[in-house]
Order: sequence, then structure tokens, then C-alpha cells
Amino acid sequence: MTNASLIDFTLYLADSTLVLGQRNGDWCGHGPVLEQDIAITNVTLDLIGQSRSFYQYAAKLIGNGCTEDQLAYWRNEREFKNALLCERPNGDWAQTILRQTFFSFYQRELFTQLLHGADTTLSAIAEKSLKEVRYHCRWSSEWVCRLGDGTQESHERMLAAVENLWPYVGELFEPAPYEKALQIDTDAIKINWMDAISALFAEATLPPASLTTTFMQTGGKNGQHTEALGYLLAELQYVQRSYPGCEW
Amino acid sequence: MKALVTDPNEIQECYALLATIHDPEIPVLSILDLGIVRNIELLHSLQTEGHIRVTITATYTGCPAMDTIAALIRMELLKKGYKTIEIISAIAPAWTTDWMSQEGKEKLKAYGIAPPDKRFAIPVDGIECPQCGSSNTRLLSEFGSTACKSLLQCNNCAEPFDYFKCH
Repeated sequence: MTNASLIDFTLYLADSTLVLGQRNGDWCGHGPVLEQDIAITNVTLDLIGQSRSFYQYAAKLIGNGCTEDQLAYWRNEREFKNALLCERPNGDWAQTILRQTFFSFYQRELFTQLLHGADTTLSAIAEKSLKEVRYHCRWSSEWVCRLGDGTQESHERMLAAVENLWPYVGELFEPAPYEKALQIDTDAIKINWMDAISALFAEATLPPASLTTTFMQTGGKNGQHTEALGYLLAELQYVQRSYPGCEW
Repeated sequence: MKALVTDPNEIQECYALLATIHDPEIPVLSILDLGIVRNIELLHSLQTEGHIRVTITATYTGCPAMDTIAALIRMELLKKGYKTIEIISAIAPAWTTDWMSQEGKEKLKAYGIAPPDKRFAIPVDGIECPQCGSSNTRLLSEFGSTACKSLLQCNNCAEPFDYFKCH
């Protein structure tokens, strides 16, 4: 295991949780009802908290006075390693919820694997985060059922969300070089993830989905993103770029 | 690693001091009640160089109260006369509601928040209302006003209330 792979993998985890957190944060004050507005922003808070833990660890590994803020605010689009799924636009509530479900189910499998991994800091962050991820899985998947098995309108919206997001799930299971170096078993993650999603889709009366019949978009893990990320980072990083080092 | 000073009285005084610091989001609980103070180590006693190390842990990774809590600890220890104060934020072992003191749970209930209860590992209908004690309650949302709480409502007395989730 090289240190460079560990740094890259930690940044992948940090960037993915930050970017998805930033996306979800847009719902603050706009949720369909107050309770769900609070729920999605609580999920967001957890994601940002997780990303801080990962950034702090990456900064420590990089050394030379590197800080979590430098990593979050001063890296460009091509340096971000987040999964493409995390940067996809919010769309409607169905799309936001489905994106969260796909990612939370993935986090649950990945973090469970990290619990038993060689790196004790990643294991510790994974252990702490898993407690939160289990809430996210439960809450978001309940919404997939509610909408999928709801009215005709909600069912159609959930179908559209699946169509929009499905091409971005394949990347999660395509190992980046740093994942290979760290011996992350993406095949095992894929099998468990697909089993859980298949069961959920059946319950939500959504047609079965397949990972093999759709062309999958990839690149995020190595810094090649959809155009959506640039706009997101421009907003996220604006204040620090305009007033370097500012605090409140 | 430097040898620690073992002065049980001085360390006890520090714990008593930290017991006066309250969670900014749930002011009825002290940070000791919550179980987020994991350790106090005295490197040099107050009589000498006054060097102390406090280890705390966040309840949830994104808990926005942690920075405030660390600042409050620093203020109190500075007032007490310590010159070097290290505050370490530990990730492992992960915080759990098992660390909340019994006294803390009673304070929560008196404050109108249902305390964490092993029978309700996942928030559900039927968690006892802290106001009237009825179990005829319903879950409104698994997420409440802060990351650590869920929102319920009592069908008996009609009061909405928070449940501090098992974690």
C-alpha cells in the first residue's frame, strides 16, 4: 500500500460526501414538508461531518501544513475525485431521494468493508459514520417505496429518476487504481448493493434494473466529471476564493 | 510521552468544572451527562506549568456544537489558570448513547425530551411521552430538530416531543 493511494482514496471519500452534502443542502428551506426539509438537511449535516473527518485525515497524510479547508476550497474540478452520482443535479424530490438511496446503500457496503481494513483511521471513521448511514438508508429507501408504490404521478417520477441516475451507478463498482492498491473489493460491494436495490425496487413496484444493459458513465473517481460539478464548486468555493483565508 | 501527573483531587476538580458546561443545543445536559468528555490528563499541575489535555468525542460527525463546546472547555480551563490546554477530538471509539449518564436521561425527560431507550433502537410509534407518560404516541419524523433526535407526537395529550435516538 502506498501513501499516495491512501491519500487518493481518502480524498475520494471526502469529495464524494462533500459534493453530495452540498447538493442536498440546496433543499434547505425548500423541502416538500417541514419534517422532510429537516430530514434531508440532517442527512446533509452527517455527510459534511463525514467529509470533514476524511479531509482532516487526508490533510494529515499529506502533511506540510495542509488543512481540511485547503483541500475542500482550493482544489479544482479536475482534482476532485467524487463519484459522478454525487454531483448529479437535485431534480425533483424523487431524484434527490433516489440519489441518496443509491449512495447510502453504497456507503453501507463500502464502510462495512473498511471496518475490517488495514487502516485504523479509516476504520474508525467508517465505524462512526455507519451509525449515521444506517439512518440514511432507512429514511431514503422508505421514500423510494412511498413514491414508487404511490400515485401514478409519483410512480412516473420515480421511474424518470431511475432512468436519469442509473447510468451513474456503475462507476461505484469500477475500481480506481487507488482502490485496487488498497484492495477494496468492489465486486463484493456490487453484489450486495445490487441485491439490496433489487429487493427495494421490487417492494417499490419499480421494474428490475440491470447493471449490464446500460452504458455506464465513469471518470469521476479520476477527476473527469460531468459539467454539473464546475457550477457546484464555483458556488461552494466562492467565498474562500474571493477572500482567501476568511473566517467567521 | 511525558509522564502524567496523578493528582486525583486536581483532576476531580477539572471534572467538576466541566460539569458546569452545557450542550449549547440541549442546555439541560452537561457535557459530562452526554458522555462526550472521554478523558482528562494532567501533564503539569496547576502549581507548576499548568498543562492539561482533554479528550472529547463528537456525538454525530457533523455535530455543529463541537467547536463551541471545545471553546467553552478552553475558556473554563483558562479561567482556572491552566496555561497549556490541549483539546483532542477523538473519533474512536465511536460515541454511543450508552455513555449518557442516568442522571442525564432523567434531566432530558424532565426537560420534555424522551431519553434514549434500548427498547426503541429504531424510532417507532409508542415511545413514551415525556409529558404525560402515555405510550399512545406516533412517530412524525425520524429526524428532528438536531441530528440526535426524532420527532413524535402524543395521541393522548397531543404534545409533540423529541426522542433522543439510540446511537
